[in-house]
Amino acid sequence: MHELGIVKHVIRTLHDVAEENGVSRIGSVTLEVGEVSGVVLEQLVDCWNYFREKDDLVRGAPLFVETIEAVTFCTACEKTYGTVAHGKTCPFCGSGETYLLTGSEFSIKQIEAE
Amino acid sequence: MKVIELKMTVTDSNDRDAETLRRELGERGIFLINLMSAPGSGKTTLISRTITDLAGRAKIAVMEADIASDVDAERISALGAESIQVHTDGMCHMDAGMTRAGLDGMDFSGGEIVFLENVGNLICPAEFDTGAHRNVMILSVPEGDDKPLKYPLMFQTSDALVITKMDAAPYFDFDLGAVIRRAKALNPGIRIFPVSAKTGEGMSEWESYILSEREDG
Repeated sequence: MHELGIVKHVIRTLHDVAEENGVSRIGSVTLEVGEVSGVVLEQLVDCWNYFREKDDLVRGAPLFVETIEAVTFCTACEKTYGTVAHGKTCPFCGSGETYLLTGSEFSIKQIEAE
Repeated sequence: MKVIELKMTVTDSNDRDAETLRRELGERGIFLINLMSAPGSGKTTLISRTITDLAGRAKIAVMEADIASDVDAERISALGAESIQVHTDGMCHMDAGMTRAGLDGMDFSGGEIVFLENVGNLICPAEFDTGAHRNVMILSVPEGDDKPLKYPLMFQTSDALVITKMDAAPYFDFDLGAVIRRAKALNPGIRIFPVSAKTGEGMSEWESYILSEREDG
């Protein structure tokens, strides 16, 4: 499962951050996740809730997720459109010469340190 | 409670580990190639043929990563090559830490080319740097020529694309020109090698590529 590995990476990164900032306990974690990042949020939260109880740094800390809308740009007609509804093909002109502007993000936005 | 703004990508810690591993392997004269593909693309067959063809010219070792089982490692060790089986315990990709742990379990005398046979999957392995010197994607003819459209990140992160089972091309609607065009549109610098490990077609070009890339480090 993809989310299992991601949660392990998040926790590893949080340990690095905690050490750099002299933090011994994290109260909450906020992630920014793009709509087409490929992460299943329900599974991500399940994995988080499992692993946070095995780690003193993040024990009991809630995980907040802010979703970032996926937007694609069409290089043919220079319009933008919602990626989730239309995919790679521009709904205005039918061109496939498009690229993703936002929506693939997966980052740790902030933590609350106790 | 104090809020710390981070804006860090989740793979930051892995990216650092991967850079360190790549440098350390280089210092030991070990060249690591990460092979990524869908299940059933013929990775183990390609590796087996490459080991046989390069016998006497290169020492090849293989790390097989699978969710479970060791059938692939058995095929490789039957050829006399150093091999190790890594179980990812349900994880769908290898990361730098797991790659390091696998390499630590292998015996090297120096100068080896190591193939990391990543978990059969075209999505997550592309997102996690393993610390390899080159990333190679394998696409087999029966999978179809539209793969670049479905899994663009894999094509973007690969240095080379090996198209396997070319001997089966007459039986499938597989447009080699279309694959090359689609792959180059995503990654203009990608090297493409159509091969058949069965007939030997294209194998010498692929093997020359490995040897020359190792010289470049």
